[in-house]
Amino acid sequence: MLDILSFGPTGWGWQLLAGAGMTVAVALSAFALGVVIGSFGAAAKLGGNVVLRSIAEVYTTVVRGVPELLVIYLLFFGGNSMAMAVASVFGYDGYVELNAFSIGVAAVGLISGSYSTEVIRGAAQAVPHGQIEAARACGMGRWLILRRVLVPQTLRYALPGLGNVWQLTLKDTSLVSVTALTEIMRAAYLGAGATRQPFLFYTTAAVLYLLLTTISTAAFERAERHTMRGVRRA
Amino acid sequence: MNWQLMWDVLPTLLAGVPLTLQLVALAELLGFAVGLGTALMRLSDSRAAAWIAQAYVFVFRGTPLLVQLYLIYYGLGQFDAVRQSAAWTILREPYWCAILGMMLNTGAYTSEILRGAIQSVPPGQVEAARACGMGRFLVFRRIVLPIAIRQALPAYGNEVILMIKASSLASIITLMEVTGIARKIISQTFAVFEIFILAGLIYLALNFALARIFRYAERRLSPQARVRA
Repeated sequence: MLDILSFGPTGWGWQLLAGAGMTVAVALSAFALGVVIGSFGAAAKLGGNVVLRSIAEVYTTVVRGVPELLVIYLLFFGGNSMAMAVASVFGYDGYVELNAFSIGVAAVGLISGSYSTEVIRGAAQAVPHGQIEAARACGMGRWLILRRVLVPQTLRYALPGLGNVWQLTLKDTSLVSVTALTEIMRAAYLGAGATRQPFLFYTTAAVLYLLLTTISTAAFERAERHTMRGVRRA
Repeated sequence: MNWQLMWDVLPTLLAGVPLTLQLVALAELLGFAVGLGTALMRLSDSRAAAWIAQAYVFVFRGTPLLVQLYLIYYGLGQFDAVRQSAAWTILREPYWCAILGMMLNTGAYTSEILRGAIQSVPPGQVEAARACGMGRFLVFRRIVLPIAIRQALPAYGNEVILMIKASSLASIITLMEVTGIARKIISQTFAVFEIFILAGLIYLALNFALARIFRYAERRLSPQARVRA
């Protein structure tokens, strides 16, 4: 039974491994996109502008309150017309088609970003206000304070929360399989259909996800230790 | 924006709400029992029981719900032994497969919430109860569980809201709850944004109502906080 999973010409090993690679690629890109969205979202929430703050508030409320699958359907079915609307603003009226990868990354990144926003907002608020005042007293400008004081410490406080967001993001990529992007789930689905061994393929998929989550948990633990290396502990 | 279409399909979408609520309610009810049992196993003195509980939580929290649903719905049917057993009457129904998958998934998360809550019960209270002559079971029923449930309530509320969202995956194994109906209407009308807004509002309303219920329950169960306020 296990030779179905081998790496030979009759086995599905390579397909599943390529699927795992695609899952990692989608998850990493979506997580990075989410952190970027989250940084801007947190800045908007903490900044003084009422319009930006309400936009960020609506974004996090809606995306965190609606099923992930619905967000993926929105981009899968509506992504092309959205992209065309954006293109027409810039004067291009032709047909725009996004590939499954960009749609998947955009959808999962949008979800990931809503959680990252809250994590980064909380972390930025945890930076003691006295430090910002001290930096200002030293004559630092806004950007210098951001770069030297706020961002390094926010990163440290945000890391455990971002680790949770990463796990969510990694698991949410499985939903992208409905858009026919061949990541782990889709590869397992194809294999299960071709060989009539669904149990074997979905168990393998589960093991692959477990491997990815276990490895990334360890990686985040290491990163946390690294960022905490200068912190005094009681 | 096609307002007429939105008005027309609203009843169709709302017709999916009972199934969504049913799936979540049954999965949460059964999942709470699984979670409580798992938490107790995890905290028990038996190393084997603690190990089994830990392995269950590790597997179900480390894999996506979609994999779990596919394994139960498509995977188990592969074996003749399963198809000929009495369990097949349940496992061939997508409805029960969805509930089984959601139950096992939420059970793993609930057990961790309950474990943390049980561990947060001050040992002095347990010692006091034991000094009053209560037995192990009585201490658990009268002291540990009520305090733990109150402690767990905010985190458990979040878990139930996550399950409302997770119930949308039941549509992938053919169940026509809100997301399933939304998807069907989208592929018929291509009114992506209209349907997304409607379905999204339904889920937001459900989650908002649940959050209010949990906040109310929290206030009811914490009389000491009310007095102080």
